Amino acid sequence: MLRVRDLSISIGGQTGFTDIVSSVSFEIGKGEILGLVGESGCGKSMTSLAIMGLLDRAGPWVRTGRVELAGFDVIHSEPYQRVEAGHGGIAMIFQEPMSSLNPVMKIGEQIEEAIAVHQRTPGAKRTLTARELLEMVRIPDAAMQLDAYPHQLSGGMRQRVMIAIALACQPQVLIADEPTTALDVTVQAQILSLLRELCDTLGLSILFITHDLGVVAQLVDRVAVMYAGRVVETATVERIFSAPAHRYTEALLSCLPDAAHRGQRLTTIPGQAARPGQVRQGCTFAPRCRYAVDVCASDAPPDALLPGDHHALCHFPRGVSP
Amino acid sequence: MGSYAMHRTAAAVATLAAASVIIFFFIHAIPGDPLYVLLGDSATPDQVDALRTRLGLDQPIVFQYFQWLANVARGDLGTSIFFQAPVTRVIRDGAETSILLASITMIWITLIGVPVGVIAAMRHGSWLDQCLSGVAMLLASIPTFWVGLYLILIFAAWLGWLPSSGYPSIFEQGGLTNLRYLLLPSLALAAPNAALILRLTRASMLDVAREDYIRTARAKGIRPMRVILRHILRNALLAVVSAFGFTFAALISEAVVTETVFALPGIGQLVVQSILRRDYPVIQGIILVTVVLYLAVNLLVDLSYRLLDPRVELS
Repeated sequence: MLRVRDLSISIGGQTGFTDIVSSVSFEIGKGEILGLVGESGCGKSMTSLAIMGLLDRAGPWVRTGRVELAGFDVIHSEPYQRVEAGHGGIAMIFQEPMSSLNPVMKIGEQIEEAIAVHQRTPGAKRTLTARELLEMVRIPDAAMQLDAYPHQLSGGMRQRVMIAIALACQPQVLIADEPTTALDVTVQAQILSLLRELCDTLGLSILFITHDLGVVAQLVDRVAVMYAGRVVETATVERIFSAPAHRYTEALLSCLPDAAHRGQRLTTIPGQAARPGQVRQGCTFAPRCRYAVDVCASDAPPDALLPGDHHALCHFPRGVSP
Repeated sequence: MGSYAMHRTAAAVATLAAASVIIFFFIHAIPGDPLYVLLGDSATPDQVDALRTRLGLDQPIVFQYFQWLANVARGDLGTSIFFQAPVTRVIRDGAETSILLASITMIWITLIGVPVGVIAAMRHGSWLDQCLSGVAMLLASIPTFWVGLYLILIFAAWLGWLPSSGYPSIFEQGGLTNLRYLLLPSLALAAPNAALILRLTRASMLDVAREDYIRTARAKGIRPMRVILRHILRNALLAVVSAFGFTFAALISEAVVTETVFALPGIGQLVVQSILRRDYPVIQGIILVTVVLYLAVNLLVDLSYRLLDPRVELS
């Protein structure tokens, strides 16, 4: 459904640029949820904005790469350009439901605006469609809420409205950029189950961006782990948790608090994540890796393929004897 | 809405009461005597005393204040010492010029300030934006009278397109074409204010453009022009509308200068001359009317703001 190939995003000029996202590749099948996981600043949000075509003109820019949606390359096109070209199919929801809705427009208007663009529905029917969408995202009193302003709704309700707006775009792919980070845990669970349901009933493909491994375990089918601007490991969610191959994924999982080690010090990964352009050769994780040897610092790691479509960018992936 | 409006109106009345005290006592504290202005330097002390008694100016000042207040409550602003005519009529005579001047100026400010601000914001960082912002900065810094003098020099003296001074009423011969007399003054008066509104519109547009909900709007796939007009401008105008209240206050004080430069028979001229003549009733009347107008405009701005922004509770 969505294939991202060799996507690099850079800051700086055409010469002397620095990659903040390097050669990112992944794909999402129909009805599949891919979790894009990584620490803050690893480039996951930047990747999603680039796929969506929402990078600021003045900011980071796409240096190389393709984003294929149902066979068409849609990189470099803003959402309205995709709509005009006839492949609108990517919608996005954001981290902050509190600030992601226009404060002076009614909920109904904001949904209908998207319906008008994507569904070519005549004016009178749009209100009805908007109501159906609100019902679909489980907003009680949908008919009444059409006339509500965003400030009259709670955070969870606003995120549902955001999902309704996204669905109004009739997407094949939904990008969800940390959609539950700003919400209460109970509300978070409701939103997650709603997303799972939409994915199953509508055959929606979801790119779910998060730093929360608990959410990943609950929701996603496959995981792409990002570190310092690169996807370092891709595997099914079961493999990621049971048999992580990349040493960064392994270290990340060992940081999860665990009831069996109650009362002990929490594990951390020593050092700090490499900043863009800081590691010029070798593996970006090598400076913090317990298993690093000379070759890790000098040579770029190969793409190691493990059984079950499991990739890891590592010289010495775990579970493979050298 | 109703109770909010009532609350605000009550606050406005309180402000007005405070203003009336300040107006009255400050004006009477200005040194100088209207009687000598009226009678000339050669008047004998007896003549002056007789007139003083006749005008009631020999009464204690507090007494004069309450008498004035009681009359004001009845709609009587007193009698002009200089014109020997009711203050209400004196003010009404100058009001036509001033109201028309202010209205035309407000139209210029809105028509120039807001759209040019939007264009500057849309092209922000470009040479066009820098030119517009530069010109706006310049206009905002130059005093009105200087702009007025140059407009007279260029359009009246050199090109001869427009009259340089005076204003015959639109009810007299010439009718609405007499409005051309107000073209240069209104432009001079609009220049610094339109520049401020332009800069505010631009800054406010750029602020709003960074908001998360603008990203949502773009993600929906609506066209950039619609994002700008329906989403960015709509929100940016909230800040601009509240600035119109301040702009009006600026107009009042700048109109005094402009009317003097262009020799317009308006309220601004009248107040300057009345101060020179120590014509207390006229000065008091004008300031009172101005304060009322100012409060009314700000009340209107406040109420419209509440209509524009649903987040502000209407109760």
